[in-house]
Amino acid sequence: MFEILTRRQALGAFAVAACVLTPVAVRAEDVVKIGVIVPMTGPSASTGREIEAAIKLFQAQKGDKAGGKKVEVIFKDDTGVADITKRLAQELVVNDHVAAIAGFGLTPLALAAAPIATQAKIPEIVMAAGTSIITEASPFIVRTSFTLAQDTVPLADWALNNGIKKVVTLVADYGPGIDAEKAFVEKIKAGGGQVLDSLRAPLKNPEFAPFLQKAKDLKPDALFLFVPSGQGAQLMKQVAEREFAKDNIKVIATGDVTDDEQLNGMGDSVLGMITSMMYSTAHNSPENKAFVAAFEKANPTMRPNFMALGGYDGMALFYAALEKTKGDTDGAKLVDAMKGMAWMSPRGPISIDPQTRDIVQNVYIRKVERRDGQLYNIEFETVPAVKDPVKAAKAGK
Amino acid sequence: MTDATATDSRSGTDRAMIYFAERARWRGPEVALWIGAFALAFLFPSRALLFNEVAILALFALSLDLVLGYAGIVSLGHGAFFGLGAYAAGLLAKAGAGAAPLSDPTLGLLFAALVCAAVGYVTSFLVLRGSDLTRLMVTLGVALIFQEIANRMAWLTGGADGLQGVAPANILGMFEFDLYGRNAYLYSLTVLMVLFVFARKIVHSPFGISLRAIKGNSLRAGAIGIPVNRRLNGAYTLGAAYAGVAGALLAQTTAFVSLDVLDFHRSADVMLIVVFGGVGTLYGAVVGAAAFKAMYDVLAAATPQYWEFWLGLVLVLLVLFVRGGVMGLLGAFYARLQRVGGRP
Amino acid sequence: MLTILFDGLAYGMLLFVLAVGLSVTLGLMNFINLAHGAFAMAGGYVAVVMMQRYGLSLFWSLPAAFVLTAAVGALLERTLYVRLYDKTHLEQVLFTIGLTFMAMATVDYFMGASPQIVDVPKALEGNFELGIVSLNKYRIFVIAVCALLTIALQLGLSKTRFGSRLRAAVDDSRVARGLGIDVTAIFALTFAFGSGLAGFGGALGSAIFSIDPQFPLKFMIYFLIVIAVGGTSTITGPFLASILLGVADVAGKYYTPEIGGHRIEIGGFVIYTIMVLVLIFRPQGLFGRAVGK
Repeated sequence: MFEILTRRQALGAFAVAACVLTPVAVRAEDVVKIGVIVPMTGPSASTGREIEAAIKLFQAQKGDKAGGKKVEVIFKDDTGVADITKRLAQELVVNDHVAAIAGFGLTPLALAAAPIATQAKIPEIVMAAGTSIITEASPFIVRTSFTLAQDTVPLADWALNNGIKKVVTLVADYGPGIDAEKAFVEKIKAGGGQVLDSLRAPLKNPEFAPFLQKAKDLKPDALFLFVPSGQGAQLMKQVAEREFAKDNIKVIATGDVTDDEQLNGMGDSVLGMITSMMYSTAHNSPENKAFVAAFEKANPTMRPNFMALGGYDGMALFYAALEKTKGDTDGAKLVDAMKGMAWMSPRGPISIDPQTRDIVQNVYIRKVERRDGQLYNIEFETVPAVKDPVKAAKAGK
Repeated sequence: MTDATATDSRSGTDRAMIYFAERARWRGPEVALWIGAFALAFLFPSRALLFNEVAILALFALSLDLVLGYAGIVSLGHGAFFGLGAYAAGLLAKAGAGAAPLSDPTLGLLFAALVCAAVGYVTSFLVLRGSDLTRLMVTLGVALIFQEIANRMAWLTGGADGLQGVAPANILGMFEFDLYGRNAYLYSLTVLMVLFVFARKIVHSPFGISLRAIKGNSLRAGAIGIPVNRRLNGAYTLGAAYAGVAGALLAQTTAFVSLDVLDFHRSADVMLIVVFGGVGTLYGAVVGAAAFKAMYDVLAAATPQYWEFWLGLVLVLLVLFVRGGVMGLLGAFYARLQRVGGRP
Repeated sequence: MLTILFDGLAYGMLLFVLAVGLSVTLGLMNFINLAHGAFAMAGGYVAVVMMQRYGLSLFWSLPAAFVLTAAVGALLERTLYVRLYDKTHLEQVLFTIGLTFMAMATVDYFMGASPQIVDVPKALEGNFELGIVSLNKYRIFVIAVCALLTIALQLGLSKTRFGSRLRAAVDDSRVARGLGIDVTAIFALTFAFGSGLAGFGGALGSAIFSIDPQFPLKFMIYFLIVIAVGGTSTITGPFLASILLGVADVAGKYYTPEIGGHRIEIGGFVIYTIMVLVLIFRPQGLFGRAVGK
């Protein structure tokens, strides 16, 4: 009886397994695959959806051919959990034979996949995560998003030039937040300013009131803010409640806080807010106008934000690199082709620094204004071709 | 199968012994399951990484089953030990920088088990007090504090960026952790099997049987001379050590530890898996983990954005219509097969 | 300092309105409803839809959020929850987590994953400046509304016939049944009312913190802490616990003691530590009665 059962069960298990598991894909010579791993569920879901929409738009506009090959994109949802990112990256490499991995919504996710890129010798295109150290984790990492320090240092300069002497910083307590805080504090101190206090709010936290109250009690000239884009609306709500303007305290922030996708929901309280960022939906250029129109046509409920740009330019970079290698998918050659690549993006002129493989781009100082009944970040100052200041400082030493 | 009713002439103790011996006996399907699990590595080499996750998850679920299913302690914070084990093994491997003595994976497992057993023993005293709800809350609170500590001690743990540079040496000095994940899977599966056999021995030992008595009625168990609190301390410590080994396996096979090893999601997921698979069955943990991952894999591929909905629906239906989880279903099915097969 | 106390008070009051329904249903039916946060989220989204899509004021949205979530609560209680009262705690946990997942995915499908936030009515914008203290008008409104609710709840429980039946049912539902009290009906009503309150709190809170599909999980932990500290046998217990947690949470983030030159950020630990300590020394909750069920 047991023998029969065993065999029957084994057969059953085998049949079920065979149905569930997909066979290894056949490798076609003229198809190049790129695996995009982003969070599409969980707290960072909007990052993944912006990137997905932008990549689909790019392929709809530019076709699916590059360097004589057909480019196929495989999307994977890592739910924002690092070990899943790593497993998906590994599977994409060994099962799907992708020529590159891309995406990465958060710093730990990008870092978790770094050893895979090194081991498999394929490019890892970081389209969202913004901590400075990421590109140092593997010689195959190339970034098309931004670094926090890159956005922050021009804002600190702007503050010093506009009579701000005493500041308080409030950042979300994790890698990018600490990067932003360091960059801002160092710049202010170097420029003769004074940092009264540096506050860090836990990343998972619905209540900013005590931190804001503390900042207010210190009576600085300006309060500098950074939180990841999803938390901006809530933070600004509580900022408005404290009425900093009454005490003549300016509130300035990186563009993550006034994320274009959520800006409209924040209400009039954010009007006039000064931020710095490498992209605004309202960026005034023919490239951007065409991009925004196409994006909103394809995704009527969404507005492209800086995450979408990271995805769009990441694809542009991959296509350009394939063209340059004439379809050769060797990872080292692709990365070499990407180094020094320069092109005009909807966000303005950008290039890949050949030394650090990080992006070099304009950073804009913007002010929130109402245009055609909607809120936008309107750019009024441009700091051209900013390199990541953290790595620039390291190279200088 | 020995027919218990035919042994009336024997004394009660004898019959009890026979009953327990019968329960502890290895059955055909069990052996087949383990052989099949090893065969998977060779039948579907492309999914070895997924299987590795299943094996780790199964071990983690097994550890909770020891605590929940046998000792009856409801824990919503079991992830604390999983995370602690992951950090312990990760930090040890990092300290050894990939060279043999410190970065040896087996040593890492032992180290993680010891650390977690020690912490589990200390915290077990907190957990023993109060009702189900209190235990739920204390375990949850301890896990949240652990996560906050790991976040604060960024100089040691890497904080929210994750622990970099975890480089485990080759398994037993011979097998490398390959990119395909086959060795990782075989390694995790072997550890799972060894610990499973051990757990199986324990739950059928007098210690395990006394746990079951405590779970049934702790007052009466105390009255017949079972040291209730000491037994529960022991079970909780053992569960903590098992969870630590599962965490260590994750750290070693992914060569990375991030803060989300301590996330509430882990504790909730593993609880779902155990209940889903069937509480207090040991195999429920393994079957539950496999079913959970398979479901996730299929659902996430079909609807990447909304798979949570279908997961939720499955859970709701399971509670409403199925008693005892997947193992309950399998048990009922098995019993029917036996009837159909004409067995008494 | 006073401002901090005030902020903590507003936060705690809100927490109480959100959690009180859970506390009563737990005490009454010994039922662990982890999906309670989903009702709060539903209320929040009712407010978001009414205010953003239809331009209605918050004052209309609050009662609407209450009524709608209470109706949903009643419906779910009659059709689904009623089947679970005789099941184990574990199965209840599993079932309600399943419901929470479904609610989260559904909201995500219709409303998107990004956080939504609503505007405070014009009349409640700004602060009152009282010398050294500045009090936010909306938070005063929140405190006032929640205080009124608490008083009404307390009076309703102690003075009305329904209240005394409810208390009898919480104390010992078997004896209450024996005395001819329709515990099932009482429970259904209480459940609906508790869900409605959660929805009300969600709508009230949506103007302070944002509402997103992750809300039920984020706040579940807070709810459970309120109940663990406050106990489940009274209303005053969870109320005092909510205030204590609100103030402790806010104060813990404001004050960062320095030890040996290192700043120790205690913010993240305070409420969890309070909870664990309370449960160790008073497992029935700080304000709960010593007799367990």
